[in-house]
Amino acid sequence: MIVLAAVAVLLPFAAAFIGMIFGPTISHLLTPIARHLRHTAPESGRARGLARRLPANGPALVAVLPIAASTVLTAVIAVVQWQAPKVRTGTLTVVQTGGVPFGIGLDVDGMSAVVALLVCCVALAVQVYSVAYMRDDPRYSSYAAFISLFTAAMLLVVLSGDLLVLYVGWEVMGICSYFLIGHYWHDRATSKAAVKAFLVTRLGDVGFLFGIFVLGMAAHSFQIRTVLGHVPAMPHTTLVAGTLLLLCGVAGKSAQFPLHTWLPDAMAGPTPVSALIHAATMVAAGVYVVARLYPAFLFAPTSLAVLGVIAAISMLGAALAALAQDDLKRVLAYSTISQLAYMAGGLAVGTRDGALFHLLAHGAFKALLFLGAGCVIVAVGSNMLSAMGGLRIAMPVTFWSMTVGFAALAGLPPASGFFSKDTILSQAWHTTKQRGPEHVPAIPAWTGWLVLAVGLLTAAVTAAYATRTWLVTFFGERRTPADAREAPALMRWPVAALAVPALILGFLGLGSDHLRPELDMTIVSLLFVLAGGGAVFLIWNRDPALDPVRMLGPVRPLLRDGFRVDAVYTVLVVRPVVAFAQMVVHTDEHAVDAAVEGTGRGVRRLGGLLRVTENGNPQTYISGVLAGVVIIVLAVVVFT
Amino acid sequence: MTTADIVIVLLGVVTVGSGVMVVGTRQIVHAALWLVVSFGSLAASYVVLAAEFVAWVQVLIYVGAVVVLLLFGVMLTRAPIGRSDDLDSGNRIVALVVAVAAAAVLVTTLVRGFRDAYFPLKARVGTGSSATIGASLFRTWVLPFEALSVLLLAALIGAIVLSRSDIGPKAIEEDPEPPARPRRRGDGPLARRRTRGPDDEDTIVLARIDEEV
Amino acid sequence: MHLVYPVVIAALLFSAGVYGVLARRNAILVLMSVELMLNAVNLNLVVFDMRWADRLHGGQVLTLFVIVLAAAEVGLGLALVLLIYRNRQTVDVDRLRTLGEHEEEGVRQ
Repeated sequence: MIVLAAVAVLLPFAAAFIGMIFGPTISHLLTPIARHLRHTAPESGRARGLARRLPANGPALVAVLPIAASTVLTAVIAVVQWQAPKVRTGTLTVVQTGGVPFGIGLDVDGMSAVVALLVCCVALAVQVYSVAYMRDDPRYSSYAAFISLFTAAMLLVVLSGDLLVLYVGWEVMGICSYFLIGHYWHDRATSKAAVKAFLVTRLGDVGFLFGIFVLGMAAHSFQIRTVLGHVPAMPHTTLVAGTLLLLCGVAGKSAQFPLHTWLPDAMAGPTPVSALIHAATMVAAGVYVVARLYPAFLFAPTSLAVLGVIAAISMLGAALAALAQDDLKRVLAYSTISQLAYMAGGLAVGTRDGALFHLLAHGAFKALLFLGAGCVIVAVGSNMLSAMGGLRIAMPVTFWSMTVGFAALAGLPPASGFFSKDTILSQAWHTTKQRGPEHVPAIPAWTGWLVLAVGLLTAAVTAAYATRTWLVTFFGERRTPADAREAPALMRWPVAALAVPALILGFLGLGSDHLRPELDMTIVSLLFVLAGGGAVFLIWNRDPALDPVRMLGPVRPLLRDGFRVDAVYTVLVVRPVVAFAQMVVHTDEHAVDAAVEGTGRGVRRLGGLLRVTENGNPQTYISGVLAGVVIIVLAVVVFT
Repeated sequence: MTTADIVIVLLGVVTVGSGVMVVGTRQIVHAALWLVVSFGSLAASYVVLAAEFVAWVQVLIYVGAVVVLLLFGVMLTRAPIGRSDDLDSGNRIVALVVAVAAAAVLVTTLVRGFRDAYFPLKARVGTGSSATIGASLFRTWVLPFEALSVLLLAALIGAIVLSRSDIGPKAIEEDPEPPARPRRRGDGPLARRRTRGPDDEDTIVLARIDEEV
Repeated sequence: MHLVYPVVIAALLFSAGVYGVLARRNAILVLMSVELMLNAVNLNLVVFDMRWADRLHGGQVLTLFVIVLAAAEVGLGLALVLLIYRNRQTVDVDRLRTLGEHEEEGVRQ
């Protein structure tokens, strides 16, 4: 079992290295075989087309096959775990350090098995999609390798049994994210976005690392199980400090306020990257880590309250910002922030299962939406919503798949988002009324109220922007060139395949008592959803050619800029830092350098004085030598 | 003060005086001649000090060979024969200071150190005879003596190599047109009389000089 | 016999040689001054040999060696001086300044 998990982690890891180094070589080796296949392939067009393209693409093979194997392995693990639920652990070795030792090992339980399966599924879909999407990219090989490495890192985070190993995966994801966002580095904005993403998440990671240290030192172990076992015995202050520090990293990675600003900019990367990293997996890692260490958070209600506040702000703010975006991918980016805040809110009100449920559902439908958006963008040739419209007829598969995705995003039954979102809202409602289990401190009731109220409002706004995006993209006047048509099969079918879980994943929750939605809350939230979506539809229906967002009026630019948080950061952080850096440079040039150069010049001048004696005349030299001898003898005579 | 003391002081005055003339005279040839006087009086001093063999060697080699060599050198470098005012360099004042200081320190130290040092000269008569020195030289000091002969051979070869123009680096000699000679103040007619090839005769002369050594 | 007289004579002769080495311009005169210094040393050697009545006669033998060395030195020194004269057409010590950095003050080759 653990071996399977380890192989599942190592396969993409190996694929990354092989793909990075040997990808093009494999292509060369495969080309003759592909030519042979082409000649002997049956006459039917599709098989022939496959034979023509796939086998000769070495990096693609190296990228897709291992992740497919990993998917199978994780599926096996998940099935076994479902039938015989227990925690399975395995430790390769325990590394002795000067202080607290840490072990290299994996933990598999129900939660990690399911999330690992999600990661593998989404990664597989993204890899297959990328084969077509990045076909003409000269650096496809390194791109696919980074995706593989990223997948391996995410699986490591999910399956790791040790906080430090988890942190390794966490950081590898960060650097992969940097490389993938900056894939089009020759574009200035793209490289800036990559740097921004790296720096902002890094800011949170510092806190995360120290959080790990606090918890690890308090438990005198970095093994997650040991740490969680020690939690009830830990001092309250330590626990609150540790969890709050962890929340820094979570806010950075999961793009929660106030460290969310990198995510919308990260849309500059290729669309499959956005789907994989910035929707389904990496940003989910933050939420996952909180869920993984949930017992620690349960004993620190202060941290949960802070998480609730962060979630409330991110949820509503990001939803409003998504409503006003002009760029399809930025709409989805803000919606990601908002949906992740839902999960964080669910964690804040005490439902780990609900949050994970939403994580799974969101992973499915957000990957679907991003990949679908990629199809649309390829067809239209622009990211801008203003360039889209009326694509319903031209792209039926994409249209229907994305319809499912938008329904799930908005929370319409029977799509998955409806169930998972209602689970969270129901739990928030419970938290306002009654306290949780006896043995843990109570979560403050106001947290429940806050998450509930903001969650309902956000549901309305979410429905509004989902409806608006859906309508503007697929309905109304056709603004695209006439030749816009469906994306290639390799891109189309992953999208369609993802629509299945996005649609039916919610029903899995019906089997569990924790996850079954409650009727009254369902009705209330549906009312909010219908209000939001209906309002947008009515406005749009008046003039289908116009964007319904025009009704926002003067508020719109503010929302479009994400409440100008970036501008605030520019004033508060960036400018002072730049000014300070310039001051340092100035000091370096005019004080330090001047001192160094002045020393050099002074020594030269001093040397010039001494050089007068070195005139090349040996007699002068001998005079000096003999005078010195006389003086020394004199000194010896006088002083002895 | 014994007779020997008086004689040695008188000879010392001559020696030091002629030495000062060597370094002070304005004619190079006179300097060489004053050197002869200085060496001669020094040889006399050796005789007074009962070192007869050393005295004769002094006369033979220094007066007979070295001074002649130096005179050859004076001639071969076309040095001005007559009086010339620029035999001293600009370093003269410094040199004077250093020399006087050295003299002062040495004399002071020596006088303070050996104020009461006497030795019986009469008892030493015969210790400097050629028989005694020869015996000592070929018994006790025979190894350094042989080593010195090797050194002399090396010096001989070195002098030949240095002075011959047809061996060694060619670049200097193959210079198609020799650089114009810098005009020197006080150049005598000897300097202008240079008409023949410069090197052949120099080499022969030097080789002969070395043999003489 | 009083030791101070010959020793002081040697010291004065040596100082005269020092002055000559430092002050003379012509290289041959410098060589002569070196000879003066060597002779001062020789005088010292003989005097101290006599004073201590050295059984091995080290002072006198060493004087002989120094005389031989001086002869060799003059031979080599003159060869060098002649070589310099052939290349530079001068034997003035203070005009041979290629040791220094001020090329314009030295005699160019």
